[in-house]
Amino acid sequence: MSKPVIATASLAGCFGCHMSLLDIDERILKLFELVEFNKSPIDDIKTFTKPVDIGLIEGGCCNSENVEVLRSFRKNCKTLVSVGECAIMGGLPAMRNGIPIRECLEEAYLNSPTVDPADRLIPDDEEIPVILDRVYPLHEIVKIDAFLPGCPPSADLIWEALTALVEGRPLNLTYDLVKYD
Amino acid sequence: MARKITIEPITRVEGHGKVTIQLDDKGKVTRSRFHVVEFRGFERFVQGRPYWEAPVLVQRLCGICPVSHHLAAAKAMDVIVGTGPDGLTPTAEKVRRLMHYGQMFQSHALHFFHLASPDFLLGMDADPSVRNVIGVAALNKDLAVQAVLMRKFGQEVILATAGKKIHGTGAIPGGVNKNLSPEERDSFLKGPAPLNIDQMIAWAQGALALFKDIHKKNTDLVDSFAAFPSNHLSLVRKDGALDFYHGVLRAVDAEGHKVLDDVDYRDYLRHIGEEIRSWSYMKFPFLKALGKAAGWYRVGPLARLNTCDFIPSPLAQKEFEAYKSYTGGKPNNMSLHTHWARLIELLHSAEVIKELLLDKDLQGTKLVKRGKKAAEGVGLVEAPRGTLFHHYRIDADDRITMANLIVSTTNNNEPMNRAVHWVAENTISGKAEITEGMLNRVEVAIRAYDPCLSCATHALGRMPLEVTLCDPHGNVLQRKVR
Repeated sequence: MSKPVIATASLAGCFGCHMSLLDIDERILKLFELVEFNKSPIDDIKTFTKPVDIGLIEGGCCNSENVEVLRSFRKNCKTLVSVGECAIMGGLPAMRNGIPIRECLEEAYLNSPTVDPADRLIPDDEEIPVILDRVYPLHEIVKIDAFLPGCPPSADLIWEALTALVEGRPLNLTYDLVKYD
Repeated sequence: MARKITIEPITRVEGHGKVTIQLDDKGKVTRSRFHVVEFRGFERFVQGRPYWEAPVLVQRLCGICPVSHHLAAAKAMDVIVGTGPDGLTPTAEKVRRLMHYGQMFQSHALHFFHLASPDFLLGMDADPSVRNVIGVAALNKDLAVQAVLMRKFGQEVILATAGKKIHGTGAIPGGVNKNLSPEERDSFLKGPAPLNIDQMIAWAQGALALFKDIHKKNTDLVDSFAAFPSNHLSLVRKDGALDFYHGVLRAVDAEGHKVLDDVDYRDYLRHIGEEIRSWSYMKFPFLKALGKAAGWYRVGPLARLNTCDFIPSPLAQKEFEAYKSYTGGKPNNMSLHTHWARLIELLHSAEVIKELLLDKDLQGTKLVKRGKKAAEGVGLVEAPRGTLFHHYRIDADDRITMANLIVSTTNNNEPMNRAVHWVAENTISGKAEITEGMLNRVEVAIRAYDPCLSCATHALGRMPLEVTLCDPHGNVLQRKVR
């Protein structure tokens, strides 16, 4: 039987959830034996090369590129998991949601004390994606099948969830595994 | 026909970036750019938050080096609560140092083994489906186990000092919220093999030997690949020693002449400027003394070993001497030598962790000091990837009114663009066929700088246009932005 296939992505996150996945430590070598990795920032597979069983996504959607990547994950993954606060509810980047976008732009680029006033401009090249009006949690854009809370979710939580999904058994997330900070 | 090559996403780096390379009708490279495509807006949305939240909020820029942001913000807040940059209790300063060197150890191990080593151990032209850490594990299981356990050790040090492996809370304005218990200390000093500090020092030496072997077998490649002269900037200890946690700013040019020396980092605005270019959300910093065109600089391991006079730990100092003699004492401007420098720092970090563990001050109980409140604070540390600047102002109600951040990866923006251009010119330009291996070389050049694009995206940009967003059922949610 072929191994279950896993893909991962970080959208508007900080990579902390990917780091927490690596914090499963020695179990990572077991994971490499249990599953096959497809598209992920830890390897060089840049577009899906086969159907994927489990997609793990950290980060919410803050720009048009995040939305495209999320949709391609939904299309290619049987089970899609929101990993961490940002994926589940926008997380810390969503602190900008109550602020008009214009003010964020001006603060970062037009009010910067390190930039000479004569040189101040807002980047707008066609090569960089369009930013959304606010940061969206993943389930507001596509259907999400499972949610792993935490900032980041603990390594034990990620391990328990991943092995349960791989083995096709129900998640057994005990109280001590689930943390929200 | 003129063409454009796009490499997106850049993989085996932390965060989101892309490269575009423009070719003319003869296949000659006319332009290359490394774009940072994300943005967050931290500068604006931390405004109004109480100052003491900054060390826990702002670290969420980055899950790879959260300790750096945690400590840079805490150092800025030390100034604001009147402890000053040099006024911490010995216990507080040493607990923070232990946290920081633990992070340096885990981050450098992660970068070398998990992200960069596949290019060297499997080859830059290897099949991309195996050119990754899983491929390395299949090739050399013992090495993979070492990589995993070195990272684990560093993360455990962070857990013991910050309370959590990722996004901890250990540093607070004016000090720390816990010391290191004798039990925690003993677990690192005398933990069951292999998870103890002596094993980590030995493995760090092994990693250095591995890189030196790679260098010996591929000398021309490692020496010439994306090599170009630049200025270099870092903190150094007052006496010129390598120091990741605290010190004064020093910059040298490509020949080793000092451009800045003994500069109090709280005056950074006088010395560092930033330029904005329309095609990247990441700014381009420069030394004001040399101006925008000539003042760009490298930061990170390569730069630090160019600016410091010596390394204050015996094993790393010996390695440093051999490293320096390779360039005749002159600054090293070879991009791939960053890996060599990084592994010397890995060894140094392990040595410093051991020295700190043996220091009884870590069990001290005086954790916090306060003084006269100030309205403004600047905090700097040397993050794994280079110099990290945090600058805040607060109002009479203790709320943040201004935040300015220059993160390590931003400092390396121009060098990474130069490195990409070097590869475009030297391996892609004028070639009839462009292979995957050639494109991977572009990423190898970027990877040498270990860019943390998560960090780099704290700034928020671009005038939004109209975007339509649908929910899972195909209903348009909305979008009209400006």
